[in-house]
Amino acid sequence: MRKTRVVLLLGASLIFAAATFAAPDESQIERGHKVYDKWCFPCHGTGVGKPGTDSLRQRGQNPAVLEERTDLTAPMIKIFVRHGVLFMPTFRKTEISDADLDAIAAYLTRNNKPN
Amino acid sequence: MRLPPGINSKDFSDALKQFGEAVGKEWVFSSEEDTDLYRDSYSPFWHEDIEPIPSAAVAPNSTEEVQKVVRIANTYKIPLWTISTGKNLGYGGAAPLLNGSVVLDLKRMDRVLEVNEKNHYALVEPGVSYFDLYRYIQDRGLKVWIDVPDPGWGSLMGNALDRGGGYTPMRDHFDSHCGMEVVLANGEVVRTGMGALPGSKTWQQYRYGFGPYLDGIFSQGNFGVVTKMGFWLLPEPEAFTSGNVLVPKHDDLIPLVETLNYLMNSNIVQGTTTIGSPLLMSQAAAQTAGGAGGSALLMTPGGPTIEQLEKIGAEKNLAYWNCEIYFYGPAKVVAAQWEYAKQKYSAIPGVKFVDGKPYRLPLDSKDIEAAPKRQFGIPSLSIFGMMGRSEGHMWFSPIIPMTGEAVFEAQRVFGQAYHDMGVPTVSQLFVFPSSFFPRSFVILCGFPIYHDVEKNRRNREIFRGLVKAAAEHGWGEYRTHTAFMDTVANVYSFNNHALRRFHETVKDAVDPNGILSPGRCGVWPKNLRKEPA
Repeated sequence: MRKTRVVLLLGASLIFAAATFAAPDESQIERGHKVYDKWCFPCHGTGVGKPGTDSLRQRGQNPAVLEERTDLTAPMIKIFVRHGVLFMPTFRKTEISDADLDAIAAYLTRNNKPN
Repeated sequence: MRLPPGINSKDFSDALKQFGEAVGKEWVFSSEEDTDLYRDSYSPFWHEDIEPIPSAAVAPNSTEEVQKVVRIANTYKIPLWTISTGKNLGYGGAAPLLNGSVVLDLKRMDRVLEVNEKNHYALVEPGVSYFDLYRYIQDRGLKVWIDVPDPGWGSLMGNALDRGGGYTPMRDHFDSHCGMEVVLANGEVVRTGMGALPGSKTWQQYRYGFGPYLDGIFSQGNFGVVTKMGFWLLPEPEAFTSGNVLVPKHDDLIPLVETLNYLMNSNIVQGTTTIGSPLLMSQAAAQTAGGAGGSALLMTPGGPTIEQLEKIGAEKNLAYWNCEIYFYGPAKVVAAQWEYAKQKYSAIPGVKFVDGKPYRLPLDSKDIEAAPKRQFGIPSLSIFGMMGRSEGHMWFSPIIPMTGEAVFEAQRVFGQAYHDMGVPTVSQLFVFPSSFFPRSFVILCGFPIYHDVEKNRRNREIFRGLVKAAAEHGWGEYRTHTAFMDTVANVYSFNNHALRRFHETVKDAVDPNGILSPGRCGVWPKNLRKEPA
């Protein structure tokens, strides 16, 4: 029986609540920015026709653009990339490797404040 | 460990080890965590045990590695399900049709091998997405356009092999290809067309080579693994313009489409046009039909009559039908073509025209942001915005004749079918006919995917009902989700399924162990063949 995304999202929420701060690694962040631009920006970026951004905005997320957020955590990002949510599909390791996913997480958590 | 059908665990372990030796063990995925990434994110079988799940995935990085993988699979008789980028969402994603297949994931083969700006072609590997090729061209300032389907993350090759369509003059993606490299089930490499000539200088410039033309059998099929493919590109036009043609009466659709046929088949109008209806999309019409948006699109028993709808159209000043048409070329020519189109359409009483925004190319950054991207061959993912907060979708997509009469018949037939199956039409995403391919219309009916077993079962029944209703009226799907490949293949049954039997004859000859994508588009190898229901 297939695992449900509802459970995964609940898990993501718990991880969200337990956000921690890690010191940024500039080269990792730079790599993450490039990977993000390739794989995430077309759906989650700024501008017209970004359905991921639009969907998050519709559910009241502010800011809706992932790059502008300071509350994302690495585990949470990895869950969404590997399991998808709503119309966002899963991304395989031939698309986004584990190392690239670490880099995306470093980029998207670069502005997080220490707890 | 999940196993392929009929394979014992020792043989499978041995095969996985050999796959690892062929491609690097880090590119063989057999843990549940990894193989789950190959499930269809939009599966119509959510939470059901019948959902096809791969036993493993193997990701080669070159044609030579594909050859090795295929030979190993042949030795152990392991079914391989080939994907390019695996983003064929709505038609099956990365998941196999046959439970336990090993996914042959070609995403790592993502090299743009050549873009020729003078003869306007590209040669790419399977993992190259529309975004990838677009960036490659933009980074180098090349004056050529690609054609894109709605989601830009798909593979040029995968989409063309599934015979997808786009929006510009190069919209028929399989028709735009020129030359293939294919790994056969025995591991041998074949190049088609001029590619069969060693040292050929024209592989991407002349399609046919010499002798029987084979390329078609590698589309929507399972006779080989395509590892390279050439595509013709559009030279960047000087200008683009569009125009909207609006007609007031129901029956005006007949001359509207007849003239469209003339203009398209004369290469005056180019690209995909979708028939629209400001009237039927209006709230006023929907309220008359049942109170919710879109409920007037199909003609359902007990719904509003044509006369009622025309009256609403007259009162609200809403055109019954419209179509937006596109022109690509020199600025003076596209302006003259639009004027000519207006002249042809002026024969329809009450016709109105709205001039579209003319563009000079290349677009500047401001125009790129605001322009209708797909008409300019710019990949995006904006289509997913129209899906709302769904958990996926799948498409029912029959081909109908490119005539107004056929559109009327489709409105009645599918309206009746939904009615007979107890489905409110408003719950369905129904897209009016589009000219994704020359000389015919495609209708798209979107089915939402739920994480709800009963809703998905019901939708699968409805889907099969629509396939049946379409076939009874001479219409068939141009492509379909893996869940319905047998259903759709079975309606192409002329002369006691002679075409399918021929496919099977070819399959048995070129893939006797039945290892390549068993079941794709209804073509099953001998060892897995069942009598059709």
